[in-house]
Amino acid sequence: MTRLNLFLLALAVVCALSLVTSRHQARKLFVELEHEQGQARGYDVEYGQLQLEQSTWAAPGRIEKIAREQLRMQLPGPGRIQVIDGRPR
Amino acid sequence: MRREPSRRPGVQPGLPRLRAALVFGGLLVLLALLLARSIYLQSIDRAFLQEQGSSRYSRDLEIPAHRGRILDRFGEPLAISTPVKAIWAWPDKVEASPQELKALAATLELDPAALTTKLHQGDDFVYLRKAIAPEVAAQIAALNIKGIHDDDEYRRYYPSGEVLSHVLGFTGDRDVGLEGIELAQQGWLGGAPGSRRVIINRRGEVVEDVASIRAPQEGRDLALAIDSRLQYIAFRELKAAVEANKAKGGGLVMLDTRTGEILALANWPSYNPNNRTRVTRERVRNRALTDSFEPGSTLKPFTIATALESGRLRPNSVIETAPGTLTIGNATIHDAHREGALTVEQVIQKSSNVGAAKIALSLPPQAMWATFSGAGFGTPPRTGFPGEVSGRLRPAKSWRPIEQATMAYGHGISVNLVQLARAYTVFANDGELKPVTLFKAAGPVAGRPVLKPETARAVRHMLEMVVGPGGTAPKAQVIGYRVAGKTGTAHKLEGGSYVNRYVSSFVGFAPASSPRLLIAVMIDEPSGAQYYGGSVAAPCFSSVMGSALRLLGVPPDAPNANVIVPPDEGEVREET
Repeated sequence: MTRLNLFLLALAVVCALSLVTSRHQARKLFVELEHEQGQARGYDVEYGQLQLEQSTWAAPGRIEKIAREQLRMQLPGPGRIQVIDGRPR
Repeated sequence: MRREPSRRPGVQPGLPRLRAALVFGGLLVLLALLLARSIYLQSIDRAFLQEQGSSRYSRDLEIPAHRGRILDRFGEPLAISTPVKAIWAWPDKVEASPQELKALAATLELDPAALTTKLHQGDDFVYLRKAIAPEVAAQIAALNIKGIHDDDEYRRYYPSGEVLSHVLGFTGDRDVGLEGIELAQQGWLGGAPGSRRVIINRRGEVVEDVASIRAPQEGRDLALAIDSRLQYIAFRELKAAVEANKAKGGGLVMLDTRTGEILALANWPSYNPNNRTRVTRERVRNRALTDSFEPGSTLKPFTIATALESGRLRPNSVIETAPGTLTIGNATIHDAHREGALTVEQVIQKSSNVGAAKIALSLPPQAMWATFSGAGFGTPPRTGFPGEVSGRLRPAKSWRPIEQATMAYGHGISVNLVQLARAYTVFANDGELKPVTLFKAAGPVAGRPVLKPETARAVRHMLEMVVGPGGTAPKAQVIGYRVAGKTGTAHKLEGGSYVNRYVSSFVGFAPASSPRLLIAVMIDEPSGAQYYGGSVAAPCFSSVMGSALRLLGVPPDAPNANVIVPPDEGEVREET
């Protein structure tokens, strides 16, 4: 009888300790999850800012200005355009 | 001598009765005190204690939700919200040395005097500066001044700037839409921040999620029908046209004739939505939708269409317009150029007021009204834009003959530019009116039949003649494409009478053989050498249309010498 009780006591102690550890583990993992989620939000924000930056750099007005002024490009006149009919016949 | 300890009989060993009772009573009192205290703590003081307790380990955190983006038809961002910081202060709690205040003013880019005034207003709470970059906010936090705090907020950025400002509108405090699409679609775009309760440890890290109080609702993205490349071309050319003609303003609408989607909508003057410090209400209005004007000759095709529908006239019927004036009652209608006998086609081509008026007077008012109303005049365009006007089309019963005659060439009726563009989809789509929309259409859009297809095609042919030799708008031609369109030059109405200031317009579509794009241009009060629609609005139409067709890769339908046809596949044969 005493041995059984001792055995059960030991079992209870082991259970209690494992509960403590798993609880601790869970919290540690949760902290990590929070951290990652925070980072994901940060990346989301950064993505938005990069998109903004990209569309600012790629604004048609800016591209046109660079094409005209730096690269000295110009629209071809109608006489210099040749149309190739690629439609199936 | 030894004495025995006295042992009195009858007396129990132990404490005296009184003492025992006292001790027992004392313990009982203490117990009662403890009980009372615990009852007090458990029931009366409970709320306070609970709060104090939970404040040491639990927090309610806000879950931010950002406003949805606005995208163009290809997913290019047109409006994006990004987090920024707002700096605020409790003025009576601010403890700062003069040097610290100076540093703060410099970092905030504020005048030190202005900062001091703000801090002495005596309010409980004052914003020092809103919408500053997170890096600047970090510098301010590093100054570590008591009573100065920062808050997260969102700021909306518009990469397209003034090019698309009238369509998009803008947001105000807390990123809530105030104008344009931002206002109209607040419910769709706007996000609602959520809230959750968490447990934190002594380092302030969140260790457990206890409960979600309110789930956040993220703002949804919104795709517009706008093509940002076409929008830029439209804006650039419109601005150039307004400036070249020293005009007060102008508007341009480009529609996809097959779906009724608004591919571009530009207004000039414009404003930069990213910096609205000196923007008047006047500049913010989207005139193409919220202002109406008398369209002038651009309405003649609808008069002619009514006549063709009724069967009274054929495109080659002859109308006598000499001597260039027509008197009805005590009013006289003039033609700008005196013409003689004109066919119905030529009435459109030369834009004869007398011809159009004569044709109108031969028609029942009800029939004209039906065509005008069917083409969408007098009903708002329903693009999904807030504050659009419906223009004015009076019921046919109230038309006097002179009014019927002037309405034939677009006076006594008012429209907005988008309505005018929408009405012309009737001619571009073989008689079907397409509903116009600012939002990307998911599939094919059903139109509403207004005219017989033959009538629409006949008018389309007349509209092509307008752009050809002898027409009013040869400057609307686009090399390589067949163009159909109509000019308008209308006197402005001021205080009930017509003045010598004009609204010049051109509405047209191309390629005429199978229309793809429709553009309506309106120039308000050109005050240069020219004011006719054919010289003011038509060149702008031509340059926008030409660039847009090339950009979209629409095959040319007016063959010229520059077309190279690939050689017949005679030599190369694939194995079969």
